Amino acid sequence: MHAPSSIGIVTPQVATFTEPLLLSSSGQLETYQLVYETYGQLNADASNAVLVCHALSSDHHAAGRHHESDKNPGWWDALVGPGKAIDTNRFFVVCSNNLGGCSGSTGPSSINPKTGQPYGPEFPIVTVRDWVESQARLSETLGIQQWAAVIGGSLGGMQVLQWSITYPERLKHAVVIASAAKLTAQNIGFNDVARQAIRTDPEFHDGNYYQFNTRPTRGLRIARMLGHITYLSDDSMAHKFGRSLRQKAQFDYEFTPEFEVESYLRYQGDQFVNRFDANTYLLMTKALDYFDPAAAHEGQLNVALQPVKANFLVVSFTSDWRFSVERSREIVRALQSNRLAVSYAEVESPHGHDSFLLEIDNYIDVLRAYMTRIANECEADSE
Amino acid sequence: MNKIMQQNGLSRHDLRVISDWITPGSHVMDLGCGNGALLQHLQREKQVTGYGVELNPEKIAQCIENGVNVIQTNLDRGLDHFSTDAFDFVILSLTLQAMRNPKALLQEMMRVGKQGIVTFPNFAYWRNRLQIGLGGFMPVSDELPYKWYDTPNIHLCTIQDFHELCEQLDFTIESSIAVHRTNSQSIRLRLMPNLFGEIALCRFSKKHSNEKL
Repeated sequence: MHAPSSIGIVTPQVATFTEPLLLSSSGQLETYQLVYETYGQLNADASNAVLVCHALSSDHHAAGRHHESDKNPGWWDALVGPGKAIDTNRFFVVCSNNLGGCSGSTGPSSINPKTGQPYGPEFPIVTVRDWVESQARLSETLGIQQWAAVIGGSLGGMQVLQWSITYPERLKHAVVIASAAKLTAQNIGFNDVARQAIRTDPEFHDGNYYQFNTRPTRGLRIARMLGHITYLSDDSMAHKFGRSLRQKAQFDYEFTPEFEVESYLRYQGDQFVNRFDANTYLLMTKALDYFDPAAAHEGQLNVALQPVKANFLVVSFTSDWRFSVERSREIVRALQSNRLAVSYAEVESPHGHDSFLLEIDNYIDVLRAYMTRIANECEADSE
Repeated sequence: MNKIMQQNGLSRHDLRVISDWITPGSHVMDLGCGNGALLQHLQREKQVTGYGVELNPEKIAQCIENGVNVIQTNLDRGLDHFSTDAFDFVILSLTLQAMRNPKALLQEMMRVGKQGIVTFPNFAYWRNRLQIGLGGFMPVSDELPYKWYDTPNIHLCTIQDFHELCEQLDFTIESSIAVHRTNSQSIRLRLMPNLFGEIALCRFSKKHSNEKL
C-alpha cells in the first residue's frame, strides 16, 4: 500500500454561541466562540461524523495545511486524512479548539466584550466537563445528533471519557488513547511545577501581562521543556541524543547549552512560546488535574461509567510513563465490570507519551481496523 | 468452515463441542483467542457477549476486524483485569500447554468464571506414543508441529494428567470429550480417549460446597 495523501488545504471555521454556558466552577460565560476544522463530507443522515479531541498543547488544526507554503501539517496528519486510519473519504471529521484555548476559541487572551481588554486572569477556570458541554452545542449547530465516534489522546482521551458519561446517547464509539481516568499525584506535581514556572516569571503580572505588552516567556519555556521530558522516554532520549555534544568534542566549562539534549529542549521551548499563551497553559493543566469522574462515586470508576452506552477502544503505549498502561487498564477494567464492549491494545513503543501522535505500525493497524468497522456500520445503517 | 477458523487452529469438531456446551446469551471470555474466530462464531450462533484475551499484537487488529472485543494482555500475568465470577464461561483453547504456570491460570479461570472450558493437544495420542516409544524422538504432528527446541508448548499433558490436576484443584469435571481431526465420533475414541484422542476438550466447574457434606 502506498502512502496515503494529506487532506490538503483546510480552512478553520468559527461558531459563535450567545446562550450562556454554566461552568463546573459555578461561573459562566455569557457568549463565546469555538474555532474548528472539518475534513471530509457529512453524509445525508449525518451518521458518519467523528469528533477528534486535542491534547494539552494542540488545537483544532488536526490535519492538512492552512496554505501552500505551510511548513507543518496539523498535529494528527499522520492518522487523519484520505485513506488514513481515520479515513476522511468515509468520515466527516471535526476538531475544535477547547474553550480557554489560544488558537481562536474564546480564552484568556480573547477580548472580554464587557471591558474591551483581554480576559486574562478574569477568564474562568474551565474543566473537561465544560469542554464537552461546549462541544455538545457545537455538534447541534453542525446538525450532528450522534457522533459515529469521539476520539482523543491524552487530555483529549479524558474528554472522550467525559462525553461517554455525560451524553451516552450521542456517541456510538469512544476511542481513548494514551489517557487516564484521573491524574496521579506525580502528574499533578509536574503540572504544578509548570504552573509555578509561569506564575513566578516577573513578566507574568498576575496574568495581566497583555496590558504590559509582554509575556512570561521564560516561565512558559521551562514549563514546555519539563513537559517534553515527560512526553519522551529515558530510552528514546538516550537513543535520540545520548550524551552528544553540539558540534564539538570538548566541554567549555560554561553554562551555555553544550549537550544536544539541552539545545533540543531549548529549541522546543522557544518554538512553543511563539505559538502558545501562558494563561491557556495554566488553564489546560488545571483541567487535567481536576478530571476525575470517579470522585463523585467514592472513587469507583465502574459506577461513574454506568451511564455509558458507547463501544470503546482503549490504546496505551508501553514506554509512556506520563499516562502509563496501568491508567488505561483501569479504564478497561471499569468498562468490563459493566459488561460494556471494549477492546484494549497495549502498543509496544519506545517513544513514550508522544507515541500517540506517531505512525507506529501496530497502533495504526488497530485504529484502522476499529475505524473501518465503524465506517462499515455507518454505511450499512445509511442504506 | 470459514477461513478465519482454520487460521485459528480450530477444527469443526472442536468448535461444535464447545458451541454445544455454551448456554445461549451467556457472558464468555476466550483466553488466548487468536484472531477471535471462536468468539465470532459464538456471537453468531449463541448470541454471547464477552471478550477475547490475546498477547500477539497482529491478532489484536484481526480480532477487531472480526468484530470481537479483545484485551491485549499476557496470560502469564494472571487475570487481574477481571473481577471474580464475572463470566459464565472462561475458555482456554489450545493455549494451556503454552502457559508458564498452567495450574495458576486454571485457578484464575475458576475465580473469574462459573465454568471453565479447556482444549489441549493430548500428548498420549497413540501416534505421539509411537514416535517417542519406537522412534525415540519427541513427537512432531499436525497438532504439535514444532521441534523440541522451538516449541511454545512447554507444558504438554495427557487427558489423564489433566483430570488428575482438576481433582487436585477441587474442580468438578462436567464433561470430557476427545476428538480426532478426521474421525470425530468413533467407538475407539469413546472407549479409549487418552489413546485415540488428538485433541481433548474438558468442561469443569467449582466443586459445590454442599457436595462435600
